[in-house]
Amino acid sequence: MIFLGGLVLLFIIAPLIGMFIHTTPNDLFSTINDNQVAGSIWLTLWVSFAGTFVFSIFSIPLAYLLARKKFLMKQLVLGIIDLPVVIPHAAAGIAILGFLSRDSVVGSAAATVGLNFIGNPAGIAAAMAFVSLPFLINAARDGFEAVPERLEKAALNLGASPARVFFTISLPLAWRSIISGFIMMFARGMSEFGAVVIVAYYPMVTSVLIYERFGAFGLKYARPVSVIFITVSLLFFIILRLLSKQKNAGN
Amino acid sequence: MLEIKNISKHFNEFSIKDISFTVNPSDYFVLLGVSGAGKSILLEIIAGLIHPDKGNIYLNNANITNQRIQDRKLGLVFQDLAVFPHMTVFENIAYPLKNKGFSKEELKNKIEKLAETTNIKHLLKRYPGTLSGGELQRTVLSRTLALEPEILLLDEPLSSLDVQLKREMRSLLRKINNKGQTIIHVTHDYEEAISLSNRVAVMHNGTIVQEGKTDDVFHHPKSDFVAEFVGIKNFFHAKLFSNESEKYKTAQISDKVSFFISTGCADCEGAVMIGANEIFLSNAEIDSTALNNFKGKVKEIIPSRTGIDVVIDIGVDIIAEITRSSLEKLNITEGSEICLSFKATSVKFNE
Repeated sequence: MIFLGGLVLLFIIAPLIGMFIHTTPNDLFSTINDNQVAGSIWLTLWVSFAGTFVFSIFSIPLAYLLARKKFLMKQLVLGIIDLPVVIPHAAAGIAILGFLSRDSVVGSAAATVGLNFIGNPAGIAAAMAFVSLPFLINAARDGFEAVPERLEKAALNLGASPARVFFTISLPLAWRSIISGFIMMFARGMSEFGAVVIVAYYPMVTSVLIYERFGAFGLKYARPVSVIFITVSLLFFIILRLLSKQKNAGN
Repeated sequence: MLEIKNISKHFNEFSIKDISFTVNPSDYFVLLGVSGAGKSILLEIIAGLIHPDKGNIYLNNANITNQRIQDRKLGLVFQDLAVFPHMTVFENIAYPLKNKGFSKEELKNKIEKLAETTNIKHLLKRYPGTLSGGELQRTVLSRTLALEPEILLLDEPLSSLDVQLKREMRSLLRKINNKGQTIIHVTHDYEEAISLSNRVAVMHNGTIVQEGKTDDVFHHPKSDFVAEFVGIKNFFHAKLFSNESEKYKTAQISDKVSFFISTGCADCEGAVMIGANEIFLSNAEIDSTALNNFKGKVKEIIPSRTGIDVVIDIGVDIIAEITRSSLEKLNITEGSEICLSFKATSVKFNE
């Protein structure tokens, strides 16, 4: 058992370690100083974060409704939310491209206020969010389901409005799951390639940059970018995790 | 005043049917019944958590049947307490007071005053996770009282407490009621009903089988179920005093009648109970170890499921449960004089 489990772990860790070993400090140093790399990492981070943030404003109330209310065709709604996980991401990219292009209703409406999704960070954020939203919604829904409904009833009984109950009882108690879902959505969006490359090749997010360096120059040039990107992602992941733990310890 | 009129609610396997009763201001009203009788559901219907299928609820003559939970001002203390785990005791109590226009100072004073009444002032900064069951109970009680509810609704508030805490909590509830707070208290424990309530409704299988003044319901049960459920036949409100004896105290029942009692606290008030089968009858005064000896007139002889109940007037009515053969042997008839005795240890006390 332990041996088999160890093999699986090795399968995950070995390629990563191999990549780190094969990257020389010189390569790393010159890549860090490469403005294109730094720019793409920065773009990836903020676009994924902004997308996660904006969509969470809509997703968290939806997750609450899904946790608390029974309604017709709820199972269908739950299925729709999980849909992005199962469809191929390149296909998802095509779908989003069709949805946001200047010929579409949404695209042309956005164009009237000067916003063009295609080849724009907003389009990248939409593609990232499309494939990663289920992580946030499902985690938040689990979080709300774990809040005893009795606490909400007790708060109502003490004269609080439903909105106050949501912000003072449900949200703080589901916070841990929501943050965890937020981090998952952010991380998943950041690493997205398939959907993003179709909606916006430029400006280049790091996954696309790695792909381009690999295609144009080969493994040796793609590797340092990957190492730096993985390190930055891990750092962010760890920091956000620690922050959410601290927030909970405070509670 | 709260009026419950013909309330019915049907669930898959259970329903409550045609419930009506009235709770007057300052009443301590106990809903008494075995588990599953529908008491908690009724309480939640009153609080607005469950909507009834039929019937109406009036609070001070206004129909509140369809009023939202948050507008009712009927403070409910849940059986599982529902204390907010992410807030301190202070924040829990402050919850119903927020957005009411109190200044920070006023809020603090109000909360400290409430915490003083419930004796949890030293816990205000603590989180619920670090509190005992009794402390949590007091926190929730304070939080609900902060709402200044028209009526305080209590769902089995003493069931999870040990004997000592039960005694303290009962005394606290009585104190709150004495200040004029109307209370509806749900319990399966008839001793709680006896020691706290002035009115009681006995619930069984989703209906109210008897309702009225506590003394009436307990002394004159209308059905076998009530008689069996309420069990104890002799109970009296009493004041306890210490006397020369260190071992015993005096329970003053009325101006003329008092009992010796071996338990209880000095100078406190509550209910005393004597098991009807722990009272011995004789035709003449006898020398015995029993400290409580009385002479009285037989008022009534009532056959019961377990024997014969003899109601004797000794200044207050006291019921002795005897066998049919004892009745014949002692030649007891209505109107005859009889002596009765019981031990000081047979007198139970509930504060």
